[in-house]
Amino acid sequence: MSAERAWLLALGGALVGLPWLAGEFYINLVSQIFIAAIFAASLNLLVGYAGLPSLGHAAYLGVAAYMSALLHLHSGLAHWATAPLALAATTLMACVFGLIALRATGLGFLMLTLALSQVMWGTAFRWVGLTEGDNGLRGLTRPAPFGIDLDDSTAFYYFALAITVAAVWLMARFVASPFGAALKGTRDQPRRMSVLGHDVWLIRWITFVYAGFWGAVSGLLFVYYNKYIHPASLSLTSSAEGILSVIAGGSGTLAGPLVGAAIIVILKNLVSTYVDRWYMLMGFVFVVIVVFMPDGLVPGMRRLRARWKTRNPG
Amino acid sequence: MQFWVIQTLNSLALGGLLFLLAAGFSLIFGLMRIANLTHGALYMLGAYIGASLLKFVPNLWLAALLGGLLVALCGGLFERLILRKLAGNELGQVLVTLGMAYIIADLCLVIWGGDPIPLPTPEALELPLEVAGFMFPSYRLAVVVIAVVTAVVLYVLMERTRLGAMIRAGVDDMQMARAVGIPVSRLFTTVFCLGAFLAGAGGIIGGPIMSAYPGLDFEMLPLALVVVILGGVGSLIGAFVGSFIIGFVYTFGIALFPQLAYVILFLPMILVIAFRPRGLFGRSST
Repeated sequence: MSAERAWLLALGGALVGLPWLAGEFYINLVSQIFIAAIFAASLNLLVGYAGLPSLGHAAYLGVAAYMSALLHLHSGLAHWATAPLALAATTLMACVFGLIALRATGLGFLMLTLALSQVMWGTAFRWVGLTEGDNGLRGLTRPAPFGIDLDDSTAFYYFALAITVAAVWLMARFVASPFGAALKGTRDQPRRMSVLGHDVWLIRWITFVYAGFWGAVSGLLFVYYNKYIHPASLSLTSSAEGILSVIAGGSGTLAGPLVGAAIIVILKNLVSTYVDRWYMLMGFVFVVIVVFMPDGLVPGMRRLRARWKTRNPG
Repeated sequence: MQFWVIQTLNSLALGGLLFLLAAGFSLIFGLMRIANLTHGALYMLGAYIGASLLKFVPNLWLAALLGGLLVALCGGLFERLILRKLAGNELGQVLVTLGMAYIIADLCLVIWGGDPIPLPTPEALELPLEVAGFMFPSYRLAVVVIAVVTAVVLYVLMERTRLGAMIRAGVDDMQMARAVGIPVSRLFTTVFCLGAFLAGAGGIIGGPIMSAYPGLDFEMLPLALVVVILGGVGSLIGAFVGSFIIGFVYTFGIALFPQLAYVILFLPMILVIAFRPRGLFGRSST
């Protein structure tokens, strides 16, 4: 058994056992990490594997959350109906946004995704008749699949854990598949890939939609967890926290965004408990990570370990 | 009828302010390939600095000049000390400017607090101007005049001076510009300071209309972004035309369909992207 596998098993055991070991505060904290991890991992498909820096990923989280809430409040639909509808609608939106944003690559793509997500933010903020604007939507519930009430924090924890494991596994499969190989090809050598007969645009678009879908999944979990949704979830700050998780952990790696999401959620919770200076800290983390650790924690640690091994063989 | 006249003038004034913001954003993007997400924060910083300066300085225009210079100094330091280290790393630079935007925004909150701070309108321009039976708020007219004058000055600077020729050379072909001996790196700092100056001064000039408040930064940044996408990156004329288009669309959008103003705002951008991805006046990009 390799060391990596042993670590993975230990981590899995710790996560399954956590509700017996830790109090409610920590259970809820880790549940939040799961949600942020799915969000960051889906954004990583674009930033890390497709080489498309998106600054508007909050749009998928927020719109899925709003769809679920609005369908429930206005149409009175049950959760088994709102969840697939919200996912479908958000994925459809990703299809359309992809058509627009992929007119450009690089910085143009970044500005377009930012602008598109601002449309959704502005709509949620200003369309008071539908979204209650700055008050946000209250009176939401958590679903109760198979009669298990997710209002219990431990039940919700396992629910979120199961979905996170499934999401990360499916995204890892996506990246490891031949399609994923082609995707990395379009990131590194788009022209060559084009000459080889790959439809670069289509590969990017499919990835864009797939990332949007998983963003929507994280949005559903997000609204279930909070039982409340506010335009802030659609804001640039929300997208920025996502991309910060990705680059802090290491973009283009599987574990990176998960580690990054954990760090950002813990930092945010810690800081918010003591002082009200999360934005400033977030700004500093951005600057420090980009300047001093441009490829993120996970590759950084790997490099350190490799250097350690070459110095101390055996 | 008065409604339409007033809204038209409001549109023009917003367009003028947007031009002050977007011109610098566009030049920085065109020359340095940096999407400077700090630009909205620099605008807000300008507005706050202006509000404080007006306690010592008698005149809004003088405050705009001094405040703009202070903001330009901040921008220059940021470019020299941090952005420079990341040359060639496009994504890294964008993320650093984003991080910096949050730092500046939070610093403003610490220093000036969370309540909006209004900037007084210059006395000479307080009374509305009456022309042909219509009342025009004269300060807004002044803002439009300033924007147009700035546009002309920038145009002359870009098209008729040695500095402008060097900037244009850098925008068109950086490596060639370097090879013929243009000090591109000093040019970067100059352009970044110029952009920061315009943003900061714009914040102060816009102060009597919008005042200074937390969140002003991320209210203005997307507008500047849309202007630049619409007008074309690195194009002064594009920024000018784009600013006034967005000024009109946004003002009338808010007045007529307040709930959907944001959607309407982005429609022209999406149309332009669909049919002319490089923007109305953008040149073919590399």
